[in-house]
Amino acid sequence: MAVIRDVMPAFELVQPSSAVEAQKVLEQHGSDAWVLAGGMDSFDWLKDRIKRPKIVVDLSGIDELKGVRTIADGIEIGAMTTLTELVANETVKQKFGLLAQAAELVASPQIRNQGTIGGNVSQDARCWYYRAGWPCYRAGGNICYADDPDGRNREHAILHADRCVAVNPSDTAPALIALDAKFVMRTPKGERIVDAEDYFIGPEIDITRLHILQPGDLLTAIRIPSSWANAKFYFEKVRDRNVWDFPLLNVASAMVVSGGTIERIRIAVNGAAARPLRLKAVEDAVRDKAPNAETGVLAGKLAVRGAVPLQFNGYKIPLLRNLVKRAIGGVEEAVWTA
Amino acid sequence: MDRIIQWATDPWGQNVPIHIAWFLIWVAAIGGLLFLMVHATYVRYFAKARQFVNDDPADIAPRLPKRIPRHSLGARLFHWIMAASMLTLLFTAFLPKVGIQFDWITYHWIAGAVLTASVIFHVFHASFVLDFWSIWPDKIDLQDAFRRTLRFVGRTAPRPRKFAKYPLENKLYHLAIVAAGLSVIGTGVFMLFRVRTILFPRNPYLFSDMTWGLIYVLHGLAGVGLIGLILVHIYMAVRPEKLAITKSMIVGSMSREFYLEEHDPHRWVVDTSSSPKL
Repeated sequence: MAVIRDVMPAFELVQPSSAVEAQKVLEQHGSDAWVLAGGMDSFDWLKDRIKRPKIVVDLSGIDELKGVRTIADGIEIGAMTTLTELVANETVKQKFGLLAQAAELVASPQIRNQGTIGGNVSQDARCWYYRAGWPCYRAGGNICYADDPDGRNREHAILHADRCVAVNPSDTAPALIALDAKFVMRTPKGERIVDAEDYFIGPEIDITRLHILQPGDLLTAIRIPSSWANAKFYFEKVRDRNVWDFPLLNVASAMVVSGGTIERIRIAVNGAAARPLRLKAVEDAVRDKAPNAETGVLAGKLAVRGAVPLQFNGYKIPLLRNLVKRAIGGVEEAVWTA
Repeated sequence: MDRIIQWATDPWGQNVPIHIAWFLIWVAAIGGLLFLMVHATYVRYFAKARQFVNDDPADIAPRLPKRIPRHSLGARLFHWIMAASMLTLLFTAFLPKVGIQFDWITYHWIAGAVLTASVIFHVFHASFVLDFWSIWPDKIDLQDAFRRTLRFVGRTAPRPRKFAKYPLENKLYHLAIVAAGLSVIGTGVFMLFRVRTILFPRNPYLFSDMTWGLIYVLHGLAGVGLIGLILVHIYMAVRPEKLAITKSMIVGSMSREFYLEEHDPHRWVVDTSSSPKL
């Protein structure tokens, strides 16, 4: 297939000034419409002519979708808030440093200046077979080119693969899950609020999408409750190029330690499956245990239970095990002694 | 053809079919419902009382049991296992396509495996235990269908004979189910090679992209065809005049009166040698 780069197909550009107006346009045009946030994911698709929407709804003129606001129980982040704004925000840094750490590790400064939190959590998979426009499962076809003995699958899933083995590439998603964030959406049926972990879906539910947004839906804000403010946070991202890359794997945890034991914990990883995974089994196993290497070993083993490597991504299993171990026991416990 | 099949370009530049267009789900569902409405209206307002050749069964009736055995336990078990797996297959295949999303594929392939096993059982059971030819249309069925058609359009024709064990409509329906069912099973077995199951090692390159595409298209066409066929079957099963037949698929037998009213004892011979004369 010939890919004509840098020349976008024609589309009608709509620039609404309010979320209500934007959602109405999206509802009116359904699957013909494309939501443009920062454009960091969108322009790849459009310039490669893989996606050809008839209507592009540019959200950049909607002020109500921008900025970080304090609400009764925590903060609300507008979906169009840039990652740079998030990293620089004092409240986020002081209370929810986990999110600031994750956002700061997204791509490069230029991309963070333009990319938004809504776009980061809603971006599409990076599997190159899919991005190249081949008719794979995710593109509506009937095959996965990556799940093959010769397929280039070094970056792909080790957990919960179901026909498609692409992974979710978001860095902020696991941090938001660990912070028990709520995603606020405007839909044709009204406002809908879901837990962060329920915003993401795997191929077993819908093989063509990474999240629950349907045509006509608009992610407007992300709310983070204060219940995890100032907890002990850990975020680590492993990537091929430290200056600018998507995660091979990342881990985010929020932990409340009391009397030397883990009183409460939420931990999530991304890059291991088509959706960021909250590790509930790990949370249950380490609760009331000391946050040390021994507990980390247990957590790491639990985290990779059921993992199935592809031809070229077997390294992800020990990597995930170690990341989870470090998230529980700390970096000083990095050496795997089990 | 392009409208009912979804095409794509594979990595080798070949234009290949990938699956049916999903609007066909609605075509099949609406088609099936339209048939029900037209049939119900016809039977309610326009149909004349059925007339058969006068064939007095008085000499046979006293020798018949009160309950006429129709479906063996094995045949009934097959039917209900097939029905459960078929409904599971249809719901798991098409509900996600119309917006009701859930983790469907495991249920789908397990139901498919159950359907395949039950159909294999049925083929052997029907071939070697049951009366194999009783479900296939014969010469008398076609003659009587012709007579009924002539009488329906107002032409003069002899009355048709009563049915054998299965009316022609039932036999034709069975033929359609055989065609659609074997199509989904045959293609579905190969499609299992594309997903990870406990049944086969995965091999997505068993066939060329074109062959795979045709397999998916045939699976889809037969699948949506089954939507209409199953709708019609359930509708027929709950029609008042067919309830005796439906009940026989549960209890295994039908009343002597219904048998004599609908069926020709010479064409569906009931073995009375071991039955108590009630």
